[in-house]
Amino acid sequence: MTGAAEDARLLRQLRVADFLSREAKLLDEWRLEEWLALFTDDARYVVPGTDDPQADPSRSLVLVDDDRERLGWRVKRLLSGHAHREFPWSRTRRIVSNVLVEDSPPGRIFAGASFVVWRFRHRHADPFIGHADYDLVDDGAGLRIAAKRITIDQESLSPNGALSMIL
Amino acid sequence: MNIAPLILDDRARGVFRVHRSTMTSEDMLALERERIFSRAWLYVGHESELAEPGAYRRRSVGGRPLVFVRGADSVIRVLHNTCPHRGAIVCRQDAGVAKTFQCFYHAWTFDNRGQLVGVPDEAAYAPGFDRSERSLQPVARHDSYRGFHFVCFDRDAGALGDYLAGAREILDLVVDQSLDGRMQVVSGEQRYSIRANWKLLAENSIDGYHAAPVHRTYLAYLQGTGAMRPGETVVTGRARALGNGHAVIEYRAPWGRPVARWAPTFGEVARGEIEAIRAELRSRYGDERAERIADWNRNLLIFPNLVVNDIMAVTLRTFSPIGAAEMDVTAWEIAPGEESGERLARRLHSFLEFLGPGGFATPDDVEALDSCQIGFAADGVEWSDISRGMAREPRPDDELQMRSFWREWHARMTGTRRSDWSDGRFAA
Repeated sequence: MTGAAEDARLLRQLRVADFLSREAKLLDEWRLEEWLALFTDDARYVVPGTDDPQADPSRSLVLVDDDRERLGWRVKRLLSGHAHREFPWSRTRRIVSNVLVEDSPPGRIFAGASFVVWRFRHRHADPFIGHADYDLVDDGAGLRIAAKRITIDQESLSPNGALSMIL
Repeated sequence: MNIAPLILDDRARGVFRVHRSTMTSEDMLALERERIFSRAWLYVGHESELAEPGAYRRRSVGGRPLVFVRGADSVIRVLHNTCPHRGAIVCRQDAGVAKTFQCFYHAWTFDNRGQLVGVPDEAAYAPGFDRSERSLQPVARHDSYRGFHFVCFDRDAGALGDYLAGAREILDLVVDQSLDGRMQVVSGEQRYSIRANWKLLAENSIDGYHAAPVHRTYLAYLQGTGAMRPGETVVTGRARALGNGHAVIEYRAPWGRPVARWAPTFGEVARGEIEAIRAELRSRYGDERAERIADWNRNLLIFPNLVVNDIMAVTLRTFSPIGAAEMDVTAWEIAPGEESGERLARRLHSFLEFLGPGGFATPDDVEALDSCQIGFAADGVEWSDISRGMAREPRPDDELQMRSFWREWHARMTGTRRSDWSDGRFAA
């Protein structure tokens, strides 16, 4: 790769890392409506089960398979004060790292990042550890998320019990 | 330990109470392992999970590692997952297809029927070394009902069919959703654990009373998507004790059912197809049974730890105690064997709107169970109250289902026999 192409790649990577850090901040601060606004209208948000990270949600049972509408309902639910496992909200802290940008078509950025999300509630500290793959729209108006797919590394949601907040 | 006084069952006064030490004591759990999990029939898996000869699933049932496997002879067996030589786990992957299982410790090899077929340097053993008595050991009892396989670790237990009692009829209603009479477990497991006593999930899974308060946000979603009218009653129907501690609530509810009750969340495109399935059920079973299959929901508990909830999708759920205040849960989706493509995708979408650790409802159930377990530590209140509906014809939002469970629990724990699990006067 030439120096200029390498510089462009690193610049894109930096933009993505900046975007993902801001996304993490919105989630940690429970600014979920602002977080939802990061998604395109046709976005998909998927969390496969711990048994098969490659699962296709149209053929296999997963944990979360939201289109934009259901993601909106998820946010609404979590902000309602009646999502009992998250009211009061748990404290979370996300460490997003190992950001890598893949070869992508014009106007898109395929990227991945590893994460550790700590969740604190009822005197328990339950981590979620994994990786997120993104399909980002880059059309000059700032990055937006067209697809986000999570891989949870734990063999089971144990001791977490549920995926009650958003990864 | 004196178990007898830990349940207060006063039918005359309509009062039923459970002492909370039943859910906090490790000694109690040790006794449950001996008197319940070592003697009752326990669900191990579904035949559809073993599609071809050699297919296997590693399972943990009542805390025991097992292999659920279809042999080269097509026979389904359940084997203890421990090497007869020195104890190591022989099957070390969750699922796959294998001709043989080789213990990695000393390389003893077993075929997929469990027979010992290879021992390195077998000549080192005395003459008369008998391979057959060193084969993988089958569980004491294994039987199935309409594709659902169960094991029992008590050689003297009664037959599975008798054990299931009235639960068979409910399983029939679930399986008859498939026009081939053949259900499939959809790939993908939901695995999670809850910091609560296992019996709290038995109660919760068939509890109609909690639906409105706990799942308010789900009901708001149903209203928002047009499936439910404001002010509509959440559940109407009945509760029944099915014998041997099994129980069911059967009810009408606002959500859609893939077989076969259309709701707006399924989309207009699906409307015709769902109506066609409904019509086919009618012509096959007659109006009454077709309506029962298509419109009525069923939350079924098969004592002690199998739940079949046939609601906006059908989930199978089992749970095993890890400690007095912790359990592991595994959940699957089952669907008619003939479902695929868009129809299966629709069902999966419907499942996730409510069910599972990432759904709009299950996380709040998990919280309720956690909360009960934390509350038990508050002390000062010794008993939990499960009296609701004891003096009337039981409704799905009453608590007969739980009383039926606890009556069987009590009988097994005290070594007594029961013949009636209902509230007496209002026998199902």
